[in-house]
Amino acid sequence: MDIIVAALLIIGLVFFTGGGVGILRLPDFYTRLHPAGKLDTLGSLMMMMGVAVFNLHNLTLGALLTSLKIILIVVFIFLSSPTATHSIVDAGLRAGLAPWTKKERRE
Amino acid sequence: MMHYFFLYTGLFLCLLMVLSLYRAVFGPTVLDRLIGANAIGSKTVVLLVLIGLIYKRVDMFVDIAMAYAMLNFIAVLAASRYFQKKKGLL
Repeated sequence: MDIIVAALLIIGLVFFTGGGVGILRLPDFYTRLHPAGKLDTLGSLMMMMGVAVFNLHNLTLGALLTSLKIILIVVFIFLSSPTATHSIVDAGLRAGLAPWTKKERRE
Repeated sequence: MMHYFFLYTGLFLCLLMVLSLYRAVFGPTVLDRLIGANAIGSKTVVLLVLIGLIYKRVDMFVDIAMAYAMLNFIAVLAASRYFQKKKGLL
């Protein structure tokens, strides 16, 4: 059981690391939103699943309810993270920010 | 042994939050800062549950994590509705 928990947590950390490096290194606002929207959601899913599995060590009703609540947080993140990402893209489009192209390399 | 594993996982998560904080501080536009703040918030939700595992009070910290997830979502939504004009964006 501990090996499954450790594997899930490490996979989640790998996804979070990819998201952080992508946010740091990509050239444009729209391209930066791509790792921020996807990889954070998947990393949250993996790490929360690891915590929920570890929480079921001593199987009581309270531990089961706590694990269920953690899964509820994951469902809420899956609903809210694409909505937030779409809202930021919409703000950028309405403000008229131009997407990054290879020719005009500012900075 | 799993206690130390959770501790170092939380420390690595804090390091990644510092990585996202660079984008939140030095971002060229306001929306870049918003992306950094959103990334930090989604890492904080996981970090709160890990802190609950370290203190062995998961049943209390799960509620705090859920409240923080909702707060982060509302904050990003409200800020991105506000910054829709070109003025003051760069």
